[in-house]
Order: sequence, then structure tokens, then C-alpha cells
Amino acid sequence: MADPAKKDEAAGRKDVPQDAVPNLTKVEVAEATTIAEVETVLDAPVERGEPILQVRNLVKHFPLTQGILFRRQIGAVKAVDGLSFDLYQGETLGIVGESGCGKSTVAKLLMTLETATAGEVFYKGQDITKLSGRALKAVRRNIQMVFQDPYTSLNPRMTVGDIIGEPFEIHPEVAPKGDRRRKVRDLLDVVGLNPEYINRYPHQFSGGQRQRIGIARGLALNPEIIICDEPVSALDVSVQAQVINLMEKLQDEFNLSYIFIAHDLSIVRHISDRVGVMYLGKMAEIGTDTEIYDHPTHPYTQALLSAVPVPDPAAREGRERIILVGDVPSPANPPSGCRFRTRCWKAEDKCAKEVPLLAIPQRFVGANTPAAHESACHFAEEKDVVHA
Amino acid sequence: MTTIDKTASAPSRRIEDDGDTPLLDVRDLHVEFKTRDSLVKAVNGVSYSVRAGETLAVLGESGSGKSVTAQAIMGILDMPPGRIPHGEIRFRGKDMLAMPNDERRKLRGRKIAMIFQDALSSLNPVLSVGYQLGEMFRVHEGLSRKAAKAKSIDLMDRVRIPAARERVNDYPHQFSGGMRQRIMIAMAMALEPDLIIADEPTTALDVTVQAQVMELLAELQAEYNMGLILITHDLGVVADVADKIAVMYAGRIVETAPVHELYKRPAHPYTRGLLDSIPRLDQKGQELYAIKGLPPNLTQIPPGCAFNPRCPKADDICRTEVPLLLSVTERDGTDLPGRGSACHFWKETIHG
Repeated sequence: MADPAKKDEAAGRKDVPQDAVPNLTKVEVAEATTIAEVETVLDAPVERGEPILQVRNLVKHFPLTQGILFRRQIGAVKAVDGLSFDLYQGETLGIVGESGCGKSTVAKLLMTLETATAGEVFYKGQDITKLSGRALKAVRRNIQMVFQDPYTSLNPRMTVGDIIGEPFEIHPEVAPKGDRRRKVRDLLDVVGLNPEYINRYPHQFSGGQRQRIGIARGLALNPEIIICDEPVSALDVSVQAQVINLMEKLQDEFNLSYIFIAHDLSIVRHISDRVGVMYLGKMAEIGTDTEIYDHPTHPYTQALLSAVPVPDPAAREGRERIILVGDVPSPANPPSGCRFRTRCWKAEDKCAKEVPLLAIPQRFVGANTPAAHESACHFAEEKDVVHA
Repeated sequence: MTTIDKTASAPSRRIEDDGDTPLLDVRDLHVEFKTRDSLVKAVNGVSYSVRAGETLAVLGESGSGKSVTAQAIMGILDMPPGRIPHGEIRFRGKDMLAMPNDERRKLRGRKIAMIFQDALSSLNPVLSVGYQLGEMFRVHEGLSRKAAKAKSIDLMDRVRIPAARERVNDYPHQFSGGMRQRIMIAMAMALEPDLIIADEPTTALDVTVQAQVMELLAELQAEYNMGLILITHDLGVVADVADKIAVMYAGRIVETAPVHELYKRPAHPYTRGLLDSIPRLDQKGQELYAIKGLPPNLTQIPPGCAFNPRCPKADDICRTEVPLLLSVTERDGTDLPGRGSACHFWKETIHG
């Protein structure tokens, strides 16, 4: 099912000489056949600012089946449909979008918790979607995750010490058995919890403290990449800031790269170096935080930004708001052409026929303006919605 | 419209306002819950008032008592374990807490309605939305099932649910989150009440849908000149729709102010902390301001000002004396209408 779409994209690239995703770096595939070789490749350090994770045309379709005895596939939920981006060492890439746009599926795919339908995820030149066994285990050690809901992501029957120490059971090479309690205490200290709490249970902690436990668990194996799926959305405003500060501190301290998935646009802007806006399984626009927030060119980004209530009552008169009609269409049956066209005020016939590629819009190519960043729209146009 | 509220056992310091009684007037409300081994004091002397056509935003973190106050007003608190030891809730001048149950029941839904946060768990999954909407008309107005269904279709049209006639027999799970919230709004609007209490109506929704729902709510409010109590923790939503704000902390109102004033010059360190912890453009790359510590446990509220362990301005007096919600004035003593702060150092906070 993915193949025709892929062909289209390849054909499209030929027509557009400045190529579809110019800012993507070339993938240097690391040749490694034996497990020992793979492990050496994975242990190699990555320079700051070099790509550490390269995602190319990632696709995940969940099959929809019918029938009990003879199951046949009647369609697919196209949760992620051709996604490409880079994550550089030491940076934070924010991913925003409405619920159902595939943000969390991307997180699971990068963690290889789900198998991709098509496409590649290169971690240090190794395609992790093709790895298995020991090699995959080695990759997973380096990519960890912090989950959204601190109330359900911690096992209520395990003590904090067991929760944070569990990664060491799976990867015993990181910490020898006798050393684990001490390591857990250190981790508690790092995330700002009292190391004396090691024998307590999750219910004895508040939401913010639990999220710190989740972060400590993510840090246990000294990963290089942490994928944060809505890490602060379940927390109170006054506690959110504490957790965000902690995450920024840890990033500097341990030289981490973050993928930060959230729907709170102001927090994403604060923490991210670059931001990607997703809509229905595709990237609508990607660029640095200033490019996305101050110079958005994709209508969806503009609508999203203008819908965010500004904490300043003086702004409520006069401010232009784009209120989208309707809901996100079903990813099982996405609109033809541009996926946003059903809710877009600029949509024309062309949008129904041609899938817009994620590229620097033609009119901005070569221009030295912040509007020259990748945007998947036929009629990309700069519009400052935040300050208007 | 000056209402200066008071705390705990202090005698009433209310300044009478310009004649007509407000729609809803909560005075010195206390709510506590008895648990097996402790007494949880969820609300400790809350006073606020709402007039027709006015939007009061109640701002606070989880556990600050904002929802419990709303439930007490609606009369849907579980009692026991809940208890209202003290306080008055006056609706058009009549104290609802003193009313017999069936009289109160006539007000509920007809005069005061509530919109809940989580539309999926607030709607009954085994009944069609048309049936649930029609229930308002069948129970309160004694309409027939057929007439009630016709009315539900009207209502669904009014909250702009597309193809209302076809969808009236659908079940809640067949609607999207935004549409479900519209159904909740329709249900609250059914009998055109005078006052609507919206308890975090958009917290579970995406920003684009949130904008749609808030716009709809504002439109309907203007159409029927309703009073609205908006309970939320989102400072952005409050700035967009509120006329006046009450900030709650540990079961007390710590600051009241008209919306523009509050954002410009907060008079309580907690409000200031909340406003400062919003990520701002010029702070990119720096540490966010964070209020240190955690909200207090309601079984052991700290003595004195409940905010003192987290407050940067805290002094000895804060640890011993409960600050009353006093009116805030300009430096030269000019009255600032509608403003109040429960802080010993409000002068330093607002003018300093």
C-alpha cells in the first residue's frame, strides 16, 4: 500500500530540482554484519551538531480487518505516512500536532516498540527497523523514553528503587549487581528527589515527583536520546516549570538529545531548538523555533498558533484568530492530495490532486528570510499570527 | 461591583454594591471531607459573586478546591463524606443551602447548569445523545418523548453539530471529543439557565477545538445574558474570556481582580509566580521561573498563610497569621474596584 505513494514522491522529486527535503543530511550507512561490529558502531560517539537519528520515509499503517474466521484487510489506519526528519546530537526537536496526528506512533516507532510498515530509522548509520536480538537490545539501551502519564506508567506494586533499577536487570553490563542500589540513589539525587525515598511506592508521591521518577528511569542506562511523549501535560502549571527546568539541566549535564512531543505550544517553543508540526501522519512544516513561531508558512501551523490562547488580556481584542472548522479527518481515509485541504481556507483544485512536498517553498528559495524553511503547502505564505 | 471577600471566622467585610443583588453570591463557604483518619478541609471560606452576563474565572491548581466549590453550588457533593459546616450560597438572594431538597432540585438544570470536564465519562455510553439531551425536557417540562427529541435536534443544531437530525440517535462514542463537549454544552443550555458553571470545559481538547468550543460558549452566553463561572488552570483561556478572576490556593481565594488588572499587576506572590512560570519569548534558553515545592496536603495545611512554605516573600508573620482577603488600593490610597489580596505583603507585591 505504501509503494505507490513512495513512487509519487520519488517522481515529484524529479520535477522539483531543489529536492524535496533539502535540509536532510545524507545517510551514511554503516556497514556492519556481525553483532560485534554493530556494537562497535553503536558505541562510537557522535559529534555535537551531527545527525544522530535520521528518519527516512517512515510509514506505519495499522490494518483494519473484517471477518472472524477469514480475516481480510479492508483498509488501514495510516497513522504515520511518509515522515522524514533528522535529530542532531545535543538538540531538542519538538513535535506538535493535534491528537490523532501520529505523534505518539512516531515515538513508539523510534523506540522500536512498533514495527514500521516501511521506511528506515538510522541511528548512527544503522537502520534500527531491521535490527533484532542483541543488536536491537544495544540500540534500545541508547534510546529511552519518558511517558505522558506519571500515574499509569509506574507499576504501583514496585518500589521506586525497583522501578528505577529495573533497566539494570535487562542490561546488567551497565551496573554490576552489588552497585545497583547506589546507582539508583544517585539517580534519585540527580532528578531532585531525596535518595531516602528509595523504598517508597509510587502512590506516596505527587504527580511532579512521579514524573521525576519516570525521568530517573529513563536516565538509568545513560542513553543518548530520550523521547519524551507529553512529559508535562498531566502536571500542574507550577510544577510543569520545575520538570522542564530539570529536563534542560539534564540535557546539558548528560549531553542528551531530546525528541519532545507535546501539544502545549509555548512549552515546546521554550525547550526546542527545532520544531516539527505534524498533521495526519505527515510533517506539515519543520524549522527552527523562530521560523515556525514567528514566520509560519503552512496554513495549519498558522491556525494552530492562532488558536493558542495568549495569557495577556490586552491581546484579546484586535487579535486575528483563525478558527478551523470541523475535526481532523479519519487517518483511515485521509483526503487526497494535501491532507489539510478539507479544513484549509486556501484550498484550490491543485490541493486535491497533488500532494505538496515538504520543501522550502519555491518563492522563498534562495531568499535570505526566516520564511525559507520546509513547508508542505502549495500556497505557502508567510503570516505572523502570534504578534498580529 | 466591588465585593471584598473575607476569610474564615472574621466578621463580614463585604462592601455592598450598586443596588441589585448578584445572580449568585457565595459567602464564606467551607467544605470538608471526613476520611477514616483525618479531616480534609477542601474549601476554607470562599466568597465570590457573579452577575448576569458576567464571566468569573476561578483559577487554581488541582486540589485548590475550585471544583469542590462548584459542586457545592450545584448541590452534587457526596454528603457524607462531604460536609458544609459553614457558609451561604445565595442564588438571586435566596440561600440554596437552607432550601429543601425538592426546591433545590427545581433550580438545578433549569436555573443553574454545569458543564463537566470529561465529556466521555460524563455522558452515559448506553443511551443515545438524543435521549440524554431530551431528558432535560422530559423531566423538567414534562414533554413527550417525541417533542423532547425534536427539541434535542434543535439544540444540537444550535451548538452547530452537523447533520443533527441524522446524528440524534448516535451514541457518545460515535462523536469526536469536540463534538461531545458541544453535546455537554447543549445539555447545559437546554433550559436556558441563568448561570452556567463550566468545570475545565476544554482541558481535554486540542487547541484548535478548544478555540471552537470557547467561541461557541461565549456566543451562547452573550445571546442569553448568562452568568458564567469558568473553572480552569489555563492562564491563556482566562485572559481570553474572563471579566474577573478569583485565584484559589489550598481552599481559599488568595486574590480577586478584574482580568486586565491581574495580568498587569498581580497582588499576591502565588499569582505572580503562576504568571512568571509561563514560558516567554525573551526567556528562551534560560531557566523557567518555577514556584518551588508542592501544593500543600489538605489534611495538614501549613499554619498562617498556606502559601508560606513556597513563597519567596515569606516572613515570620506569614507563618503564624492567616492573611485576610483585603481590598487592594493604589499607592495613594485610591480604591481599586474589585481587587483583593490575601497576602500580608500585598503592597510590596503590587507596587514594589
